[in-house]
Amino acid sequence: MTAMASSLESRNLAAARPRRASSALKIVLGGLGIAVLVLVYVVPLLWLFASSLKSPDEFSLKPMWSLPEGLHWQNYADAWTRGNMAAYIANSAVATFPAILLLLLTGVMAGFALEVLRWRGRNVVLLTFLTGLMVPLQMILLPLFTMYIRAGLLNSPIALILTYTATGLPLTVFLMAGYYRSLPREIIEAAVVDGASIYRVFFSISLPMLRNAILTIAIVQFFFFWNDLLFALTFTTTNDSRTIQAGLLSFVGQFGQTEWGPTFASICISIVPTLLIYLVLNQRVMKGLTEGAVKG
Amino acid sequence: MDKVLSDRRAIAVFLAPALLLYSAIMLVPIVWSAGYTFVDGDPITGFEWVGLGNYARLLGDSGFWDATWLSVRYAVVATVLQVAAGLGLSLLYVFVLRRSSALIRTLVFFPMVLPTAAVAQMFVKLFELVPQPGPLNALATSLGFGATDWLGRPDTAFAVIVLMDVWRSMGFYAVLLYAGLVTIPDDVIEAARLDGAHRWKLVRHIVLPSILPVLVSALIFSINGSIKVFDSIYALTGGGPNGATTPLTLLMFRTSFNFMEYGYGSTIAMALTVLSLVVTVAIFRGARKDLTS
Repeated sequence: MTAMASSLESRNLAAARPRRASSALKIVLGGLGIAVLVLVYVVPLLWLFASSLKSPDEFSLKPMWSLPEGLHWQNYADAWTRGNMAAYIANSAVATFPAILLLLLTGVMAGFALEVLRWRGRNVVLLTFLTGLMVPLQMILLPLFTMYIRAGLLNSPIALILTYTATGLPLTVFLMAGYYRSLPREIIEAAVVDGASIYRVFFSISLPMLRNAILTIAIVQFFFFWNDLLFALTFTTTNDSRTIQAGLLSFVGQFGQTEWGPTFASICISIVPTLLIYLVLNQRVMKGLTEGAVKG
Repeated sequence: MDKVLSDRRAIAVFLAPALLLYSAIMLVPIVWSAGYTFVDGDPITGFEWVGLGNYARLLGDSGFWDATWLSVRYAVVATVLQVAAGLGLSLLYVFVLRRSSALIRTLVFFPMVLPTAAVAQMFVKLFELVPQPGPLNALATSLGFGATDWLGRPDTAFAVIVLMDVWRSMGFYAVLLYAGLVTIPDDVIEAARLDGAHRWKLVRHIVLPSILPVLVSALIFSINGSIKVFDSIYALTGGGPNGATTPLTLLMFRTSFNFMEYGYGSTIAMALTVLSLVVTVAIFRGARKDLTS
């Protein structure tokens, strides 16, 4: 026993010297790593913000990497009003938030139907939803465009709401089915035995238990909808109906070469909503996005 | 119990809204699009049946093959670099920074949630040459390298697109792989260390095999996304210069909406669908072989 302990000890001693050298190396390596990452991730964003506060003269007379001399907030006012960013943000919100609500309602219910309720063919239906994850969205673009034109929904937020909801369903249904599978079956069965109707089981028992999971899905889908470019470009064709991403590109296309300050300001404005959400909810966002990737 | 849980009306109530929406907005359009591949024209001028004409045209269209080659090249290069950078970063988190890595993990993950359009515009400004040199060109000039029209040349434009997507997503892959790495028990690594395994040996023989499943799902996720790349390229180069960075997604978009060729646009979409299915199945097969051997 003592022999073993001492041999372990001598092994540790032998390992100790290189360990100390490697811990010094680690501090250097770690410091270097952090420095490089901060440089690569913080500096461009700070530069973006700094540039949004420059006056027109500074752009033409000073190098692009120089710091702003004053705080030219007028750029933001220009981007907000003349650049139409206020309307673009409103359009995005009007499409994104109803889509999230509709997606959660339909997707969570479908997950419940596919995992808690018992019936033949539910695996086939689940697989049908899953194929939606594989097919490129270009495959639905032209028929939807035709459908929305005929229904008079082009440039209407309803087109985006419907499209976002349907394209969000595969991942949502899949994740929700998984969450319902992990819910202890006894709880649901006990409730049924006690005489609860299936609707009561869904609303009063399953929803509160999965509140966190549902909120995570909502946040993840927010980023998908808010940042969408493909559908926004296709289904909004007038300046008044554009969402923030399509609007930003249209603004930059028109004024990007001449109105530098407002261009930088509009890029910053389009970043702010996602930045705020990430500041508050980053841990949940990281967990939600990576979870969707591994399971999806 | 069965009566309640197998109630047909309840099943319909819970499932119908999602199934209806999904069918109307995804399933029907997919079939509809497949139908478009056999016709020529658009809804205004009317459609004409051309049989396999669009597919024949596809085979002889050099623009299609260029776009396919770009999509494949981009998918391979971006996937390898994203996952490799993410892996390197996750090793830095776990073995060097350890507990203090939380803040830096959150920071590097951040661009993943930013709108691609905005990030792309930032990169346009960073790499700009005319009318006003951006910071990178200004720096290069002052260091004596001379300025480059990064987005104006096919090879450098491609490099900037890849660079942007790696910048955007390596923090995401790092967190994904980090989650796999922290599940390796400390004593496994400690034991390997005591047995004399160091650095690369440790990574190669202990760490990589342990996170292989996570690594494979990262690869699948990355290639599945990058073969369908649209936003970054649309917002960064618009497919230029001269169409040199046009992937299949963008070719489909332009063919359909700039030239109103519904039939041919849908045929390109179909080719993209087949390509992404082939790629995904190939990776799944390869991965299964890897995991079982």
